[in-house]
Amino acid sequence: MKELDARGLSCPEPVIMIRKAMASGEDAYTIIVDNLTSRENVTRYANHQGYQVAVKEENGEYRLSITR
Amino acid sequence: METEVKLTKLASCAGCGAKVGAGTLVSMLEGFRTHQDPRLIVGYDKSDDASVYVITEDTALVQTTDFFPPIVDDPFLYGQIAAANALSDVYAMGGTPRLALNIMCLSEQMEKEAVQEILRGGYDKAYEADTIITGGHTIQGAEPIYGLAVSGFVHPKKVLTNSGAKPGDVLILTKPLGIGILTTAAKADLVEQPLLDRIYRQMATLNKAARNIMVKYGAHSCTDVTGFALLGHGFEMAQGSGCTVHIVTDQVPYHKEAYELASMGFIPAGAYRNRNYAEAGVTVTRSDITLPMQDILYDPQTSGGLLMAIPEHEAEQCLRELQDSIPSAAKVGYVTEKQDNWIYLE
Repeated sequence: MKELDARGLSCPEPVIMIRKAMASGEDAYTIIVDNLTSRENVTRYANHQGYQVAVKEENGEYRLSITR
Repeated sequence: METEVKLTKLASCAGCGAKVGAGTLVSMLEGFRTHQDPRLIVGYDKSDDASVYVITEDTALVQTTDFFPPIVDDPFLYGQIAAANALSDVYAMGGTPRLALNIMCLSEQMEKEAVQEILRGGYDKAYEADTIITGGHTIQGAEPIYGLAVSGFVHPKKVLTNSGAKPGDVLILTKPLGIGILTTAAKADLVEQPLLDRIYRQMATLNKAARNIMVKYGAHSCTDVTGFALLGHGFEMAQGSGCTVHIVTDQVPYHKEAYELASMGFIPAGAYRNRNYAEAGVTVTRSDITLPMQDILYDPQTSGGLLMAIPEHEAEQCLRELQDSIPSAAKVGYVTEKQDNWIYLE
């Protein structure tokens, strides 16, 4: 499983990051973002690519577990 | 013009997407002392596009300002777009712009030629708008900024606010939506150059022709659709007018490519702020109005078109004349007496 850290990045960088990572076609990814826009946008991208997303919030950061 | 330093790389957010959320502003202005003056017929109490101050029986002064960080890398185009966007607020009030001041912030990395090109773009649009730039103010800062403070005139009895819509009015929008999504996706190199060229031209297009036609057909209300998106500005029009605004979703003009890009999550932060601001006032009446379609309706526009409320009996003729010079103009909805909610997506 690939882990990505997109904290400190704003739209559209986190989506670009997950998009590049997904080119490897793995079954699971984790990405940490620190704002709502990135949480929503990364979720939309993952769903668009046929992945499920589970979100865990900790101290204003969001840990997105993305699985197929 | 190509410059060595990419202008958009110097900006942290794009165009009107940089605008502070409507809800944030309203709460910040609460309780401040201001003078009462009956000649100030449009102030900031109804969140309108510009203020209007009566000078004589047949002349009122319209004032507004707008500026933002670079939305495109071409400095001339950036200047044109920023100026067209600032001038638009006067058109949206039914007025004609006459004088303007440059507002500019330069970052150290910018080349002198780029700065000059930005200004040339601004002067170019001001000229097209019959407006004279008389000066301005420039500072140094971390991010480039350009825009104008514009003064214009309007007949005091012919001011078009966002609170004049009446039941029966037909709503017309003059420019297609999706600018915020497309410019966000452009940062990921996902937008083809011909489409980019099209949206840049669209943003640099003045709302002058749209204003002239709208005034001719006796529009009741108008606002330009910019940072708060169709639904944010529509919400303000509905609340201001005490009416309900119905948006016929299938008729709303938008750039088709924005739909797929929205579903892929290339959505600017401003769209989420707009949703947050207006969502409670919006009733989605059909389950097939998808999330990406809603994202387009909440998408902040830079130098967007005019949203006008036209009396029903004039609407068809008005739309025909608009479409002669602005092919993208479309009927997007209608106004009724206030119902349970402010906006219905149909």
